[in-house]
Amino acid sequence: MSEPVYAVEDLVIDLYTPSVSVRAVDRVSFAINAGETLAVVGESGSGKTVMTLGPLGLMPEGVTIDLRGSARAAGKDLVKMSPKKLSSLRGGQFGVIFQDPMSALNPMLKIGPQLAEQARRFAGLSPAAARAAAVSLLARTGIPDPEDRYDRYPHELSGGMLQRAMIALALAARPRVLIADEPTTALDATVQAQILALLRQIQNEDGIAVALITHDIGAVSVLADRVIVLYAGRIAEEGSAIDVLTSPVHPYTRGLLASVPDFRSDTASGTREIPGLPPDQTRVLPGCRFADRCPQAEASCRTKRPVLTCVGGNEVPHRAACPIVIRDEGLADND
Amino acid sequence: MTDSDASDPRPRDKAANSGPAIEVEGLKVHFRTSAGLVRAVDGVDLAVQNGAFHGIVGESGCGKTTLARAIVGLQSATAGHVRILGRDRADWQRANRKGFARSVQFIFQDPLGSMSRRQSVLQTLEEPLRIHGIGNAAARRRKVGELLDLVSLPASVLDRLPRSLSGGQRQRVSIARALALDPRVLLCDEPLSALDVSVRAQIVNLFARLQDQLGLTIVIVAHDLAIVREVCSAVTVMYLGRVAEEGAARPFFADPTHPYSQALLSAVPSPDPRVEATRVPVLLEGDPPSPLNPPAGCRFSTRCPVVIEACRVTEPQLRAVQHGGRSACHLADTSGHPIL
Repeated sequence: MSEPVYAVEDLVIDLYTPSVSVRAVDRVSFAINAGETLAVVGESGSGKTVMTLGPLGLMPEGVTIDLRGSARAAGKDLVKMSPKKLSSLRGGQFGVIFQDPMSALNPMLKIGPQLAEQARRFAGLSPAAARAAAVSLLARTGIPDPEDRYDRYPHELSGGMLQRAMIALALAARPRVLIADEPTTALDATVQAQILALLRQIQNEDGIAVALITHDIGAVSVLADRVIVLYAGRIAEEGSAIDVLTSPVHPYTRGLLASVPDFRSDTASGTREIPGLPPDQTRVLPGCRFADRCPQAEASCRTKRPVLTCVGGNEVPHRAACPIVIRDEGLADND
Repeated sequence: MTDSDASDPRPRDKAANSGPAIEVEGLKVHFRTSAGLVRAVDGVDLAVQNGAFHGIVGESGCGKTTLARAIVGLQSATAGHVRILGRDRADWQRANRKGFARSVQFIFQDPLGSMSRRQSVLQTLEEPLRIHGIGNAAARRRKVGELLDLVSLPASVLDRLPRSLSGGQRQRVSIARALALDPRVLLCDEPLSALDVSVRAQIVNLFARLQDQLGLTIVIVAHDLAIVREVCSAVTVMYLGRVAEEGAARPFFADPTHPYSQALLSAVPSPDPRVEATRVPVLLEGDPPSPLNPPAGCRFSTRCPVVIEACRVTEPQLRAVQHGGRSACHLADTSGHPIL
């Protein structure tokens, strides 16, 4: 296999705001390969966004981060890179779509020229070629009458169309990785279905690598090849989407999936709940971070950090960080 | 106290008081804006049965929140009538505002926005009891303890301010506050949408338990059809200010007849990737049209995959369909019955 397009190893990220410091990401490794979609799943505060965007220098305002470990893209080490170089590498290699299209689009500029500028700057196109590329991207992302929309301002587009324009903008520089941070969360159900279908289409046509950051299991099920389940800054479980979503091992993954309604299945109840709340991440405790909410926790869970252990999987190893379930259900897979 | 039914012991038995708890007739809420007249709710009839757990579902701009607010008088109506527990809501509020508030409560989408930032949980929960002159200090304190138990919050939250609570805890506090006066009817505007998945399940279960224990009539406004299917006993689907379809939950979900209901259901992905690998969801074109100028004829006709000529001309009225509810689709239960 060729080198992953984006990889981090042993990543630790501490976040500082004026009032608190939090260990948001605690020794996490992941890699995304060309042509695959990796879903990073977790609830608010799990560190999914920080883990994926932090090494690229994309952090919310007012937050300072302390980042350790390694992060590589395009054969370069991102951790040691100057902010200026990082910004230029990011612009060419990574396209990012957010929950709110207006955080990516400039409200003062027409849609088309914003796309063309990206294409000119990062894909090295001539102004005329950049314009043509922008129009064809608008068409590709399902925006009707792209020639007309090229000269529209963001406020002239409906919510669903803006979402599409933002996706077009993210693709304009011909990036190798598309990072989608909660791309469907704020959308209505029928528009959500449209956007998921569009992302699936882009993924099939482009062979682009996609990192999908979400808490929406439905979106994961539609798009992902591989899944990382993050809990309180650590990986609880990872593997192929089918393994993780249909044969979950970690008690957190099992709880999370049981709380998702599935009305097409007769057996799933979908309203089982995980008791309690995620832990206070301002203090780093030695054991498993899920122990306080876990129905299967034992004394050892509170003292020893569980390691990711292989429990199966074909081409993609299926790994979970729960020695208790692995022992009780005889899941350890040593080959 | 002039208001007799508010001081009566509350009927806890669902069967003891059948019939509609809420009746809405010809309700319209129009807003004048600089862009023109927004017909947020445009002629809605609705009946919520006593003891029901009734879900109102639809996408942004369909008027579901405005409808809920107009039902309790938080929003004044342009036309139409609302009756709650057999009484004209407007008259009731005029004659006895406190009595109304004891019987009917509203839970807002954003619990933080509906609480005072400087009031502790204890103060937040005691306030309605104090305002309504219920019990002495000791009795109120006891009641607050009961309310915490009811929504499964520990007594340790009592001294805390809303800001220091998690989203789920805040929503529990706002539910507890709404229950402080032992209401009979509870309307909730998107109480789940700001919550994480696992916490959402906690709150859904809490609502189901409260409804069961207290025999409340609960109306919940939601955009998440999957959750409504899990817990609601009745469903109303709204589109652009009108009711598209309604019915008892089980038969409705087994056989929705309106193409919009069908598309809304189809839009919910399965959490099983093996199902998604082969499933082709119904994709509607475009966004919902603006309530500034709804399309002529059926409001869904501009996006409907099975639209016929008549749909663009004549607006379909709600009529009884096989699943026992009503549907506003010309084709429902005909030879052209939509199956998406």
